[in-house]
Amino acid sequence: MTTAKQSVVDTPEEGDDPSRPAAWQRLRSANTLWIGLVLLALCVVFGALRPEAFLTLFTAQTLLIEASVLLVLAVGMTFVIITAGIDLSVGSVLVFAGVVGAKTMEALSPGGDATDAGWGVIAAGLVVSLLGGGAWGLVNGLLIARARIPALIVTLGSFGAALGAAQLITDGVDVRTVPSALANTLGSGTSLGVVPNLVLLAVAVTVLGDLVLRTTRFGRHTYAIGSNAEAARRAGIAVTRHLVLVYLLVGLLAGLAGFMSLAYFRTTTISGHSTDNLNAIAAVVLGGTSLFGGLGSVLGTVIGVFIPAVLTKGFVILHVQAFWQPIAVSVVLVAAVWFDQVRRRARNRS
Amino acid sequence: MSEPILELRGINKSFGAVHVLHDVDFTVRAGEVTALVGDNGAGKSTLVKCIAGIHPTDSGEVLFDGRQVSIHGPKDAADLGIEVVYQDLALCDNLDIVQNMFLGRERGKAGVLDEADMEQAARRTLASLSVRTVKSVRTPVAALSGGQRQTVAIAKAVLWDSKVVLLDEPTAALGVAQTRQVLDLVRRLAEQGLGVVLISHNMNDVFEVADRIACLYLGRMAAELPTKDVSHSQVVELITAGRSGDLGIARPDMAAV
Repeated sequence: MTTAKQSVVDTPEEGDDPSRPAAWQRLRSANTLWIGLVLLALCVVFGALRPEAFLTLFTAQTLLIEASVLLVLAVGMTFVIITAGIDLSVGSVLVFAGVVGAKTMEALSPGGDATDAGWGVIAAGLVVSLLGGGAWGLVNGLLIARARIPALIVTLGSFGAALGAAQLITDGVDVRTVPSALANTLGSGTSLGVVPNLVLLAVAVTVLGDLVLRTTRFGRHTYAIGSNAEAARRAGIAVTRHLVLVYLLVGLLAGLAGFMSLAYFRTTTISGHSTDNLNAIAAVVLGGTSLFGGLGSVLGTVIGVFIPAVLTKGFVILHVQAFWQPIAVSVVLVAAVWFDQVRRRARNRS
Repeated sequence: MSEPILELRGINKSFGAVHVLHDVDFTVRAGEVTALVGDNGAGKSTLVKCIAGIHPTDSGEVLFDGRQVSIHGPKDAADLGIEVVYQDLALCDNLDIVQNMFLGRERGKAGVLDEADMEQAARRTLASLSVRTVKSVRTPVAALSGGQRQTVAIAKAVLWDSKVVLLDEPTAALGVAQTRQVLDLVRRLAEQGLGVVLISHNMNDVFEVADRIACLYLGRMAAELPTKDVSHSQVVELITAGRSGDLGIARPDMAAV
């Protein structure tokens, strides 16, 4: 905290600094504060309208569980977008990782039924899922950073290819034998009485992602590359290597998310993740991360993940037709970005 | 006259069929400002990028502190103590002054940044250069004026115990007062014992701060002289024609063809 005190020589009104240690000042940066207030307002409104249904432990638990998988994807996406990149493939990579993990666990179990598999088999499944996700991330990273193909095209390609590969492996039929031990602990188990394990894992990933982004050299270089890749290169940063690592990271996290999804749904849900990529991108952008790179925070992404989640929950509870949810999220998303740009323009004029 | 800190001998560089640098000799002395002048396309920026390790040279040798060295990348140049401030500054707008000054060479243990240490070092460096125009070292570079950015870029270059600093047109986009500040800063760098190379199109700037003038003409070193031995118009002739009286290239390419 000493840095914060010393840094304010005579201009305490500085915003937009990704590395400030004080949480309050980070919140004020970009539109994180405003979007946080929107989230708070949503909770208050839904809580006031139907306190007996919205403000319950069960609602909180399901809300958090349903957001966990997306949160893990979005943390990785935050890194990618801060480098001014994009990854459209996360949903398909998630499915692919889930499929190879599940298939591995089946193959290691007698009779091809993994329902009663032990922890050794589950660990093998986890490793294979991570490897599967990481492999796609590595391919994306090499094509984007080394072959210099635009990230949008590369990940659009792997978006299709990873899903196709998952369907080839399974003949398009979901793997349905997931170890009960896994599903009952990571999938639906709780710790400390009330906290779902799936949420704990997502929180751990998020906290780690936040620390890496804010306090390490890796995070600093991520911002620098997104801000001015040429400057980063001249400063001696290995830009190509760093970008490959960032895409590898998002691939690994998609692999982990695939394994989490497997544990939660007890099946591979091949057709259920076609819009995960857009949901993750929307969450990151809602959270104040700039698509032009160089700006953003994991904290913002967390808020960005929960706005659609809270809206969905609230609409269900208020018996509003669920089809309103994507419309509402889209309005909030576009409004948030517009609002942010207006503020930025105003600041640049002053 | 002080010893040469950086000496280039017979540097050649081609991009495909284009021969950009022909047998260029160039000397930088510690405690002096050497102005590198020449018309557009004369090879000034290429020469700087060769020294900085961004472009590999085709032939020729580089001596640093009397020792022969080979520079294969920006890191090699930085390790020797050669820093370049580019025309486009190459700062990251979204990062603040401290983050920019330490970019690529962040301090800290095991990958975790030591912000307080870096901030103090940045403030010390700015103070040693008598920089007073920057209010807070945590200001994002996007919020700084052109002169302040230039100051940050130069301060970044001297943070590292550098021996040689190359400045590519540091005053090109600046107003009168800001140009004044930057030129003062350039002079101060030389007084601190650094070898300073100033690339500039502005003859007033060159004559004001440079101890020596090196003039490139179509990729050849036309002349390298003490500032006091040449006049304004002679330098202009060297830049535009490659020769001036008995100075410069004896038989320019044009005459040979």
